[in-house]
Amino acid sequence: MTESLSINLFAKMYRIRAIEEAIAYHYPEGKMRCPVHLSIGQELIPSVFSEAIRPTDFAVSTHRGHAHYLAKGGNLNAMIAEIYGKSTGCSKGKGGSMHLIDLAVNFMGTSAIVGNSIPIGVGLALSVQLRETDQISCVFLGDGAIEEGVFYESVNFAAVRKLPVLFICENNLYSVYSPLSVRQPAGRSIANMVKAMGVEVGVADGMNIEASQGLMKRSIERVRKTGLPCFLEFSTYRWREHCGHAFDNEIGYRTPEEFLDWQQKDPLHHLEMQLIEDLSLQGLVMDIKSNVMNEVNAAFDFAETSPFPNQHEAYDNVFA
Amino acid sequence: MPQKSFATAINEGIAQAMDLDDSVICYGLGVTDPKAVFGTTASLEKRFGAARVFDMPTSENAMTGVAIGAALNGIKSVMTHQRVDFFLLALDQLVNSAAKWHYMFGGQNSVPITIRLIIGRGWGQGPTHSQNLQAWFAHIPGLKVVMPTTPEDAKGLLISSILDPNPVVFLEHRWLHNSIGEVPDGDFRLPLGKAKVMREGRDITIVSMSYMTIEALHAADYLEKQGVSCEVVDLRSIKPLDWETVFASTVKTGRLIALDSGFTTGSVAGEIVARVAMEKFSALRKAPARLAMPDVPEPTSIALTKGFYVRAADIAIKVLSMMDKSVDYINADLSEPDPHDVPGDWFKGPF
Ligand SMILES: Cc1ncc(C[n+]2csc(CCOP(=O)(O)OP(=O)(O)O)c2C)c(N)n1
Repeated sequence: MTESLSINLFAKMYRIRAIEEAIAYHYPEGKMRCPVHLSIGQELIPSVFSEAIRPTDFAVSTHRGHAHYLAKGGNLNAMIAEIYGKSTGCSKGKGGSMHLIDLAVNFMGTSAIVGNSIPIGVGLALSVQLRETDQISCVFLGDGAIEEGVFYESVNFAAVRKLPVLFICENNLYSVYSPLSVRQPAGRSIANMVKAMGVEVGVADGMNIEASQGLMKRSIERVRKTGLPCFLEFSTYRWREHCGHAFDNEIGYRTPEEFLDWQQKDPLHHLEMQLIEDLSLQGLVMDIKSNVMNEVNAAFDFAETSPFPNQHEAYDNVFA
Repeated sequence: MPQKSFATAINEGIAQAMDLDDSVICYGLGVTDPKAVFGTTASLEKRFGAARVFDMPTSENAMTGVAIGAALNGIKSVMTHQRVDFFLLALDQLVNSAAKWHYMFGGQNSVPITIRLIIGRGWGQGPTHSQNLQAWFAHIPGLKVVMPTTPEDAKGLLISSILDPNPVVFLEHRWLHNSIGEVPDGDFRLPLGKAKVMREGRDITIVSMSYMTIEALHAADYLEKQGVSCEVVDLRSIKPLDWETVFASTVKTGRLIALDSGFTTGSVAGEIVARVAMEKFSALRKAPARLAMPDVPEPTSIALTKGFYVRAADIAIKVLSMMDKSVDYINADLSEPDPHDVPGDWFKGPF
């Protein structure tokens, strides 16, 4: 990786982490009154995605969608305001943390129902094919969503119609507190299973920067060039509780050893060390951090000072 | 009688049914995790073993079909889902198979399945974590639909639901799980299809279900002081519905308000108003009324849910206007609690 690429990636990862940490920090104040699902620990995949995707490409995501929204270029102020339930929020306070959207960058929405946005991403790919543009459509999903019937139905349709869709599965081993072992047979490779459905697949260690970066970039290019679907599986790990701001290693569904083991692989930390120690870019790292912190503080100020929607707006936006 | 929470009552109900009948099994996403579905499935796996109590894949539709297949060979499943909304993925198996099986094969076998669905509300649960779809389920011939309000009824109705030969959709409101009441120990059953008169009254009948009954009781307390005597009928079972009790109460008071925790159009409350109007028209001294959620998804922002739900004040205003009394000052007397989006001070989110 060249120096400038490393700096870019560091800035992207650090920004997502800092935003999520700020949400975690403020959440106990009780002003963000909606469920939040943080992806602290999982920043690498959205960040390498962000480097390779175009604003005109489509993306959809899940309940754990903050990072994907940001990676696609979604407006930070509008996201934080949405979580605060303000009228300046990206969904005008109707949707909260689990329903993020930014049409300016073709981030088409996130869903609170597992599997729900998968076929929607495929539908966007169908629209691209019909309109004959060179866009692609990206679907973020978790390992839990692989168990829903709609996943198979969607992959099948994408394969049969040859649609330009990139499925990006972040396998973080858990669905809420249920480990993979109670949900999928031991030794399964999700990617291999999808391959058998006739779709090109790729696998990478989602803690490994070079591997994840390379796979993401090649796959986006391939879908764009061939117009064919592709499925990626990245292994990753969430640090905080499934829903909410806290750490939850004490409740017993995962061991502290497992957690520490994953935390030690943190690519953001390793990248930062590399920039500081190997490349002596201490000053640059500090600048990036302080810029991000200013941006984050401004976003929380924006959310705090934005007005709440009027009560009657609850009744707007239903046609029937 | 011992005091227990609604969640404990549910837990005891499942355990009791599993004790009574070793063909009862219990599964659902998170049933064996440390949070144990808001405590309702705590320690069941330890007591009854992993063969009978287990976690499942995120596969609502398939797992409902699995329950049907198992039922055909005598296994009684208790399935649990953390929100009603998640279970919508299973409507094919529920509506096309579970509800129809007994009928469409000439009554040769039945599918004794209990599907526990939890209704969310407030704290930003928003459009897809807060739906009260009892009217949908009640619309389907072949399903029983149960909605307990008190901890006692939760236990008594759950055991009966599990042992019932028919599929039962058992709806628990998240705002009731921490409520406390007297709950008998041991094998305690209540018949399905029987409403309960929660409070006797002379002037008006309020028919209600689940969490709405709590608001109705607050309104009735207040109205008592204003000289209006309300009879509060808690349905407990939405299908079959205890028309006898609803009719008897309405005939006695001559006035009816039906409440519903779900959307207004096509609501259970609408059905109650319709049936009473058709069959007891001459007993009515006033046009019957219904109060239900607006036909709008529940928004997420706390600012947008202010004044959004039907609360005691709305009920009191409606009752007083039906009694031709002044409705001034009620909002001040029965104001919406602040914050209005949590069931009590103890609730700190995120769920
Ligand atoms: C259809 C449906 N079933 C269950 C749930 C409850 N639920 C919310 S998030 C979640 C975890 C899904 O796991 P995964 O897809 O791996 O995503 P992760 O949370 O790990 O990012 C579940 C089961 C839901 N929202 N929708």
